[in-house]
Amino acid sequence: MNELLKVPTMAEYMAQGKQPEVLFWVGCSGSFDDRAKKITKAFVKILNQAKVDFAVLGTEESCTGDPAKRAGNEFLFQMQAVTNIEVLNAYEVKKIVTACPHCFNTIKNEYPQLGGQYEVMHHTQFLKSLLEEGKLTIAGGQYKGKRITFHDPCYLGRANNVYEAPRDLIRKLEAELVEMKNCKSKGLCCGAGGAQMFKDAEKGDKEVNVERTEQAIEVKPDIIAAGCPFCNTMMTDGVKAKDKEAEVDVMDIAELIANAQDL
Amino acid sequence: MSIIPNILFAIILIAGIGYFTLNVKKLVRNIKLGRDVDVSDNTPIRWKNMTRIALGQSKMVKRPIAGFLHIIVYVGFVIINIEVLEIIIDGLFGTHRIFSGLGTLYGVLIGTFEVLALLVFVSVTLFWIRRNIIKLQRFWKSEMKGWPKADGNIILYFEMVLMALFLVMNATDVHFQDMQNGNVISQFIAPLFNNFSQATLHIIERSAWWLHIIGILVFLNYLYFSKHLHILLAFPNTYYGKVKPKGELDNLESVTKEVMMMMDPNADPFATPPENESAEEEIVKFGASDVQDLNWVQLLNAYTCTECGRCTSECPANQTGKKLSPRKIMMDTRDRLEEVGKNIDANKGVLNDDGKQLLGDYITTEELWACTSCNACVEACPVSIDPLSIIIDMRRYLVMEQSAAPAELNNMMTNIENNGAPWPYNQMDRLNWKDE
Ligand code: SF4
Ligand code: SF4
Repeated sequence: MNELLKVPTMAEYMAQGKQPEVLFWVGCSGSFDDRAKKITKAFVKILNQAKVDFAVLGTEESCTGDPAKRAGNEFLFQMQAVTNIEVLNAYEVKKIVTACPHCFNTIKNEYPQLGGQYEVMHHTQFLKSLLEEGKLTIAGGQYKGKRITFHDPCYLGRANNVYEAPRDLIRKLEAELVEMKNCKSKGLCCGAGGAQMFKDAEKGDKEVNVERTEQAIEVKPDIIAAGCPFCNTMMTDGVKAKDKEAEVDVMDIAELIANAQDL
Repeated sequence: MSIIPNILFAIILIAGIGYFTLNVKKLVRNIKLGRDVDVSDNTPIRWKNMTRIALGQSKMVKRPIAGFLHIIVYVGFVIINIEVLEIIIDGLFGTHRIFSGLGTLYGVLIGTFEVLALLVFVSVTLFWIRRNIIKLQRFWKSEMKGWPKADGNIILYFEMVLMALFLVMNATDVHFQDMQNGNVISQFIAPLFNNFSQATLHIIERSAWWLHIIGILVFLNYLYFSKHLHILLAFPNTYYGKVKPKGELDNLESVTKEVMMMMDPNADPFATPPENESAEEEIVKFGASDVQDLNWVQLLNAYTCTECGRCTSECPANQTGKKLSPRKIMMDTRDRLEEVGKNIDANKGVLNDDGKQLLGDYITTEELWACTSCNACVEACPVSIDPLSIIIDMRRYLVMEQSAAPAELNNMMTNIENNGAPWPYNQMDRLNWKDE
């Protein structure tokens, strides 16, 4: 834990005339949100441990434009996109991994038409590939036998049909994976997407994250696992609203793995 | 033998089909009011989607009971309509059961039709019970009042009557009953008519026959005014439905041009656009405030919507009591499009400004801003409708044409513009987490 994180930047790599295998796209949440920063660090610890040759953009990274686009500001989105693509292309980036499904979806699906063609992976997909290549081993550790339910992020699941990678990783922890009544393609949104994160919800009977948390609590999990920093915030708030902080943790899959490895 | 019935039949047939054709033309015209969109890509996938989703009903069975009953009604209806071919020939040429010469095969055919007719009758009755007695929640939401509610029931009555007429027609057809071939269901109905005279039987049989074919023609023409248009439009709609990943929103090309200009250091910002482009460019509006700003696939979507409410029942905003209902978005779009179409008809082919538009008069901003863009509605729709794309297009209009985003979203966007993040943090602090 005290060991310093190794987080090289693309600029440093460039200065040495080298090219990393993969760019870790941290995202706004992963860079600035206190809770999400922990996810970022957990993921980096795993990358360090698995000796993955990666770099980040650091101060050269900027918002992908996802919340602007979904709020309807196509101008701002495209300005962000074009600027980011210029930076990425200047570094000749080929492969990108990110822990944010919103960044994942935008860079993977919406950047190509604007001149940004990359192989993009969500961190759960990437971790799974590390496992398969034998660069990473996961032993159950402290999660053996724990009840874990997975909340599908809309932008990973329905938006891009990634349902199995996160679940495979949870199984590797030798945990008991329990599914909510709405899961996979029928998963219920956490309430944050489409720029909702940045505004109050419209009037209704209930907040979406509370409804979703109730569904999660129904299956009596020890841990609600998420694969998105925004979902993480929403579910954490939901658990608080239900006064269940003592019984239920909300954790990113990267954190579960880092903890299991005692990183 | 009088040929009056034959002539009468021909007139009814031509009138029925003629009126239908007229309405189809109107439908096509209305859909074409939408913007053009390129759908020439991915042809094999599109065919596959149509076969799987429309023909194969793959999405219907996600809800097994409704899916199963729907498949019976669908298959039944399609197959029983083969019988219409015989009715048309008989009607036009004054023959009676022209195909009965096929012998056993005829028996097998009619026998199958009779069994299906019974199954359809039972399924439709169950549908009716589900709608009116069990009162399934999604059929009782606020947008399902008045016509939409009546429409759902009318079609069920229609099918009950048509199926009953078909069976009565067979049961009272002495000639057919005598053949003892294929009357697998009607033989049990026939005894009901045991004490009737030959003449009365004949009248009942003829009446059922006429009502059956007239009913079918009326049904055909009813479609245009009803959500049951999906019987036909589900096919093109699933073909033209979204083939890209659900999360991928289109990148507005008009915006790309401007952004490229702004980003290009060599571009002359004061240059006048080349002549040939300028005329078209000027009218480009960002996003959508009315139906003409949507593309024609979105308008086709609106006509295809069956008002089943599967989208709305999965919508997280709707589930938590917000005003947004993706089904209502589709119904509003269709209603407004119909209104625009009628306006054009009334004014000899041109649209007279009626001071109304889809945004505001039909769909409120409150609905639009409640969407989390989760794609649950898109996933749930059994006929590949994409309500989310309309919501996003209308948000685009609100933001880019009217600067009418909620204040908090404006803050978020200003932050992105100034700091490269939706929060007011300095871009230079982006890597601080590393050492914290
Ligand atoms: S995308 Fe929007 S309208 Fe559709 S289900 Fe999700 S929140 Fe509702
Ligand atoms: S949009 Fe699709 S799911 Fe929604 S009511 Fe219409 S047909 Fe049903």
